[in-house]
Amino acid sequence: MIHGTIGDCEFWAKRMLHAEEIIRSVESEFIKDDIPTIHVGDLVRVGIRIQEGGKERVQPYEGTVIAKRHGGINETITVRKIFQGVGVERVFLLHSPKVSEIKIVRRGKVRRAKLYYLRDRVGKATRIKQRFDRPLK
Amino acid sequence: MSVGILGTKLGMTQIFDRESGASIPVTVIQAGPCTITQIKQKQTDGYTAVQIGYQEVKEKALTKPELGHLSKANAAPLRHLKEYRLDDVSGFELGQALSADIFTPGQLVDVSGKTIGRGFAGYQKRHNFRRGPMSHGSKNHRLPGSTGPGTTPGRIFPGKKMAGQYGNTKVTIRKLQVVRVDAEKNLLLVRGAIPGKPGNVLSIAPANIVG
Repeated sequence: MIHGTIGDCEFWAKRMLHAEEIIRSVESEFIKDDIPTIHVGDLVRVGIRIQEGGKERVQPYEGTVIAKRHGGINETITVRKIFQGVGVERVFLLHSPKVSEIKIVRRGKVRRAKLYYLRDRVGKATRIKQRFDRPLK
Repeated sequence: MSVGILGTKLGMTQIFDRESGASIPVTVIQAGPCTITQIKQKQTDGYTAVQIGYQEVKEKALTKPELGHLSKANAAPLRHLKEYRLDDVSGFELGQALSADIFTPGQLVDVSGKTIGRGFAGYQKRHNFRRGPMSHGSKNHRLPGSTGPGTTPGRIFPGKKMAGQYGNTKVTIRKLQVVRVDAEKNLLLVRGAIPGKPGNVLSIAPANIVG
């Protein structure tokens, strides 16, 4: 911080909150606290708020979490599913108001942080072993 | 023109629009508080303007002439001074405090500050020239190519893009939208990016709408 060099000037000391801290406080208002712990490999059901002809409804989207990126308010998950024989991947900004709810359907046991190898596989080979040592909440 | 405010860039983040749910990229600015340190009048200075000061420092950080100037407004030692030219300065008085609440959410502002300095930069970085082949015997890697015709005109035309100092210049980003004003914490959230790194001193003024 620029003010750090100025030292113990009383007026600034009071307001010398670190820039990072101030930014966190701005974000805190938008951070959801009801997001379950999501791991890569989990089967999740995401509710997406969509506007349709002036009406709002929640559309579910179910698939496997193949990647998690960023942290804090920017945190996203990539959810992959096979729809009508075509692979579909959607990236969800977890703290966005457009993501109304996230439910974990099944915990998966994987040995990678990113499951991009699933893109090259079809059918039985895309199965992920279930793990039972993690609660669904 | 109307009076603006000085501030410090703190960094960027994103917030969400409550109604549509859209994410808004914002820059967080520590804006003010500023003190009016001088009011320039037509009779004494030849033009009208308001000078404001920002960022309180220790007394020893300033010179005696600087302290003397600030003492006329009974202001604390301030590091940065900036003038805003106004047509009418009657509403202002010496020593008056200005805070972020001179802005309202939704208002358009011009933000100016120094860009990140890149030093003496070459053609590729400074002007986005293409580079030459790196292999197959080529020795032309980052050269500029031709800089113009030969004997006629026998000179390089002014304005030819060449290597040189890049960045560390004052830039104004115009018509940025104020997303939120927090006068208590002296914070200003402005939509979009702003020059410089966090810690950069900025001038934020209501947008100058031309035409």
